[in-house]
This record gives sequence, C-alpha cells and structure tokens, in this order.
Amino acid sequence: MGRPDGVVRACGLAKAYGRGEALVRAVDDVDLEIFRGEALAVTGPSGCGKSTLLHLLGGLDRPSAGELWLGDRRVDQLSERALAELRRHEVGFVFQAFHLMDELTAQENVELPALLAGHQPRQARRRARYLLDLVGLADRADHLPTALSGGQRQRAAIARALANEPQLLLADEPTGNLDSAATLEVLRLFEALHAGGLTLVVVTHDERIAATADRLISMRDGAFVNETRLAGGTRGRLADLMGLEES
Amino acid sequence: MRQEVVLAMLAKEPSPGYQLRVRLDRALGPLGEAINAGQIYVTLGRLEKAGLVTRVREEERESDLADSKVYELTPVGQERVSEWLTEVSWPKPDLAEFHLKLVAAAQAGLCDPVSIIDAQRRELLRRLRDVQHAVMDEPADSDVGLLLEGIVLRFQADLRFLEACERSWARRRKRL
Repeated sequence: MGRPDGVVRACGLAKAYGRGEALVRAVDDVDLEIFRGEALAVTGPSGCGKSTLLHLLGGLDRPSAGELWLGDRRVDQLSERALAELRRHEVGFVFQAFHLMDELTAQENVELPALLAGHQPRQARRRARYLLDLVGLADRADHLPTALSGGQRQRAAIARALANEPQLLLADEPTGNLDSAATLEVLRLFEALHAGGLTLVVVTHDERIAATADRLISMRDGAFVNETRLAGGTRGRLADLMGLEES
Repeated sequence: MRQEVVLAMLAKEPSPGYQLRVRLDRALGPLGEAINAGQIYVTLGRLEKAGLVTRVREEERESDLADSKVYELTPVGQERVSEWLTEVSWPKPDLAEFHLKLVAAAQAGLCDPVSIIDAQRRELLRRLRDVQHAVMDEPADSDVGLLLEGIVLRFQADLRFLEACERSWARRRKRL
C-alpha cells in the first residue's frame, strides 16, 4: 500500500480519551502523508492535539481508530513489543525538556539507544562520536548534561535521536525551553539534517520555527484546519519582503 | 484612507454618502472618529469621475432628503473591490484597512473573510520563512542578524493578529 516515497501515511487517524460527555477527541479523523526527505511542521494552540498526533506517528501512543503506515508497514495494530521495536529503530524523538540522563555524559547518552538496540559497544561508541561531531559537540562529549547550555543539551538530544538511523525524526516543541540564540543553533542543525535527506516532523506553537519547514499544517480541536506549502518561499528580494524599499 | 475603502463600503447595496459614514463608524469604532464626512464625499466625487461609482437618479428614489444622493458601484467598481479584497498588503500592513476588507467582504457577501485571512497568512508565512533563513545564514552576533530578528518579530506579531482574525471570523461563519 505505502508509496515508495511516503514515509508516513495516516488514514482516518483518531485518538479519543474518556467516554460519553467527557469524551475528548484529541486527534479527530486525520489524513496525512509525509514524504521522504520532507520537513513538516504542525502548529496550533496548546491542546489542539498536535503532540498527541506526534505520539501516534512515533508509536508512543496507539490510535483509537484509523490506519497508520510507516514506510510500507502498517503499524497501528502492532503488539506492544513490536511497537517498542519500532520506536527503537524507525523513529527518533526530540522533546522540549531534552530528557537526557543527567548521570551520563553526552557521549554515553548518545550511545544508549544503540546499546539498547543490541549493537556492539564499540559500534555504539563510534556512531555516538560521529553524531556528536555532526551536531557540533565533539569537544563536549565527556560533559554531563548539567555542564552543557540549553542549546547544547538539545543538540545532544538530537544526536541521541539519530543513534539508530531512524527513518523519521519527530520533535515536540524542540525549542520551547531555549533562548533565541540556542533556538537558532537547533534550527540550523535541523536545516543541515534536512538537507542531508532526513524526514522531519516538528510540532511547535512558534510560527518562526514552523516557517522553516517545507509544509505547515495547522491543527485545531484535533483536526487539520489549514495546510500551507512553504518550500520555494517567495523568491523575492529580501529587501522587498521586509518592506525596506518604497513601493 | 484609500479610495477602495469607500468603494467597498458601497458593495453591500447602493447607499447615500452618510450611510457609508455610518458603516465605517460601525466597523472602526473609536478609530472611525478620525474620518470626516467631507472626505467621504470628496472620495465619492473622484470615484464617480473615474467611472467606479455612479449616482442613482434622484427621481428613482422615494426619499427626498437633501443628503439623499445615492451611489452604487459600476461593474468596473465592483471589479476593483474584488481585486482590493485579494491584494496582499504585507509587508506594510494597514491593520484598519485589512479589518475593513473583512467587514466589507462579509457585509456584501463578496467572499469568505476567512479565505482573505488565509491568503494573507500564507503570504506572510512565506516571507517569514525567507527572513528566518536569512537569520540562520547570519553568523552569531551579527548586527544584521539583529535587524532581521526585528523583522521576524514583527511578522510574528502580524501572524498572531491574523490568527485572532481567523478564529473570530470562523466562529461567526459557524453561527450563520
């Protein structure tokens, strides 16, 4: 079923909590296709269901209804065990609060997913070193997270998310805890990863983060209300875009 | 005030000049105080010369008030209003003018205000994307980066305004 260039395909995807009067449709009958190498942003006010959607896409949560395909594999009915396997190998997660292990160095944090996936320690170490270099933290490999700045911590967390070469990187408000300089560090890194062919889904309430994506979906009350293709931009001269010149 | 604003206030139905004043007052509230009635008549005169509005002949009207010259849009005037509604006003948005577009579109049933907001939002997001990429290309601590940051912040503020517009007009549409 899954098209060769589609990384994610969701059909009538839904997640509801509670019953009767208290029923909350966190994600309500959503259709979505994400293409290989695409950077997608999902925005909306808090409580619109964007994080729940991300959790469904990454197998952190199970849909109440609908079909979900990852590549050409249907994943909405997988067993708990198979779902854990999927999370380990197919998707990488980046969270707002980094979720690094404070007792482990940056290097050890990045090695961990590979070790959990059963890779040889030496292999895991090599991959972690490569990834830390990729995110610009080669010289911070032996630091504990507490000795890193916010931007560095998030970059370490991104390196960790890439440890098992996922098909898909899912980021939930990745810059929510960062100042504007650190936000730029993370955006630049995403841009470089995207240029390298990674498929990226970023959930954010921040328009400036969302505007860096190829495609932007707005959510409200669990449903998509708007879709904007941004790739290509305006192709105008920057000075015109900003209104610096008299028209 | 742009001529198109006066034109758009006529889109609902043929009206005398004072009625346009009332509509503008209603749409702008305290901001409407700055508009003087004379300005509206001067604009109507210009629009008439330009062939965008025409005066309905007096004897066709029942009313015989002194101030009862009734204006209506010509086909060219109607076309001009439609164009104006879809024009993108960024990067130098006039918020009052944008607001009047939504009001005029809704009053005259010309098009869905939400679709006007959508078009503006898309355009603004694309601009934000381009400026944001320019920010990302600047080295840290660059002076230009600071200027670009300022532009990004203004775009963000505009986007929030558009989101508020969208929420409000989408709600009104639901009620209809």
